[in-house]
Amino acid sequence: MSDTNASNLYLPHLMRIAAITDEAPGVRTFRLEFVDPAAADAFSYHTGQFGLYSAFGEGESTFCIASSPTRKGYIECTFREVGRVTAGLADKEVGDIVGFRGPYGNTFPIEDWQGRNLLFITGGIALPPLRSVICNCLDLREQFGDITIVYGARTVNDLVYKAELQAWQERPDVNLVLTVDPGGEAPGWTGKVGFVPPVVEQLAPSPDHTIALVCGPPIMIKLTMPILARLGFAPSSIFTTLENRMKCGLGKCGRCNTGKSYVCKDGPVYTLEQLGQLPAEY
Amino acid sequence: MANLYQLSSTSLDALFAALRADGRRILAPTDRDGHSELNPVQTPADVARDCMQTTLSAKGAVFPKVEQLLGYRLAPGQVQLADPERRAEPTVLFGIRPCEAAGFQALDAVFNWDTRDAFFNARMANLAVIAMSCTRSDEACFCTSVGGGPGATGGSDILLTPTAGGYLAEVLSDRGRAIQALAPELFSPAPADAHKADLLAQVPVAFDQPALTAKLPALFDSPLWEEQSLRCLGCGACAFVCPTCVCFDIQEEGDKQGGRRLRTWDACGFSQFTLHASGHNPRPTQAARWRQRVYHKFSIYPDRYGQLGCVGCGKCTRACPVDMNLREHLLQASQAQR
Repeated sequence: MSDTNASNLYLPHLMRIAAITDEAPGVRTFRLEFVDPAAADAFSYHTGQFGLYSAFGEGESTFCIASSPTRKGYIECTFREVGRVTAGLADKEVGDIVGFRGPYGNTFPIEDWQGRNLLFITGGIALPPLRSVICNCLDLREQFGDITIVYGARTVNDLVYKAELQAWQERPDVNLVLTVDPGGEAPGWTGKVGFVPPVVEQLAPSPDHTIALVCGPPIMIKLTMPILARLGFAPSSIFTTLENRMKCGLGKCGRCNTGKSYVCKDGPVYTLEQLGQLPAEY
Repeated sequence: MANLYQLSSTSLDALFAALRADGRRILAPTDRDGHSELNPVQTPADVARDCMQTTLSAKGAVFPKVEQLLGYRLAPGQVQLADPERRAEPTVLFGIRPCEAAGFQALDAVFNWDTRDAFFNARMANLAVIAMSCTRSDEACFCTSVGGGPGATGGSDILLTPTAGGYLAEVLSDRGRAIQALAPELFSPAPADAHKADLLAQVPVAFDQPALTAKLPALFDSPLWEEQSLRCLGCGACAFVCPTCVCFDIQEEGDKQGGRRLRTWDACGFSQFTLHASGHNPRPTQAARWRQRVYHKFSIYPDRYGQLGCVGCGKCTRACPVDMNLREHLLQASQAQR
């Protein structure tokens, strides 16, 4: 029958590791290039989308695409070594092959944000999904108003993308606010000391013509949302990206749903307004 | 009814022979160690005589418990992928119940609602269903509460209903007609006084399903889910025997030289089903997981696919080691005030 030889949805692209960056203890970034030039030509994605990355012999894990679609010819992913697949990935060296399926999921609607100010609030290993948006918007810098980035980590050493943070710090058109948890500072630390939510409260960003993008550990999101509400941010102006456990990325395996919404298909990008209509199972 | 025929009880031998001569594997309920399960059979004599329901559902015929999605060979700096052949042995499911036949429609909804799953579709494309109407039921059955019935035809290519001397045979699809064409002499016109309804089991409607589906969004924070699931072990038996449960895992079997990636059955009742790498779990309690099971079948499926994710077969209830009864729990939910 016609479907018998239909394409295998689970077959990954082969990607060669072009570069590896050690970001923080246990955290690495891979720059990946398609082995097959035809696959590279056919590939495109939008900021906010994710993929399934394979360490052959170990399995697949879901990470965002941490790079910006404005930067062609490669994708980047950033992961923390926590389990079997990420340990398998961490063993890889430049030139090794990994698998990639994607892009999956919806996107940040940055084309709707022309002229708006952008406020990024993020913590720890949750910067990678927003880093894609940040780089995308910085590459289209003239299209947006003020860009503010609040980023916190447990310790100075746990901040990821240190070279990029340095570059953003030096840009006059980016307001980067770095903070580390109390006790996480190091000699010479010039950023703030404190958790992300109170740092946001102290910063008191204006909600006028501003889109807020919040991504972090559940506790950071939980404590930051009421502050943004008090500052006057409308739920429709606050975006986040959910990272529920997934296996297929295709809306079939049945585990990433939050109520009726499949994070892999209807998400991972949601406004707070949309999340408010879903059960709190994320 | 133009598609209604009768078969004598002895004609099944010839029908099985014709199916096998056509190169088809026949899967039918067989007795094994006190329960019934689907196995390849050669003749009607191999088929379990007194089987009301098999323990496991028929979904394994199109969605195996374990199947290979891809294979690979590894060498330093190299990966050679192997896209497995879509295995699709022509298969006839004989003697499954109408509820199970209906289950294939729910599986199809998930596997093909968006992108199309070639592994599932290859097997479905080579499957024909000769189902058997129910002449008896038990306290776990509730097909009539979820749109089915002991003689419902959905998902069947031919439906047989036992009579005193043989079977009424409804030929329901092109695949059914193709089977009929293998041995047309076996199918004689049904007598004018044949009344299928008189031959069927009585399965009373147990609860108001449309009311339940309408009510579920408001019951999300109800204490009901914890009360009902207090004894749930999270063993996943309900999902494994279910004809519509489709949730799957993808697992790896490999080493430095090569391996394969497998799709396996999974269950929303398992505590690790939604566990994040960080340790965070969106469904941290058995109550949340039990609620997901009910909502997936009775709220999310209707919303996304326009059909239920339950056929009322009762297999979960019969398999449950702590006697959770889905029919009773759904009745309770349909009547809950909060």
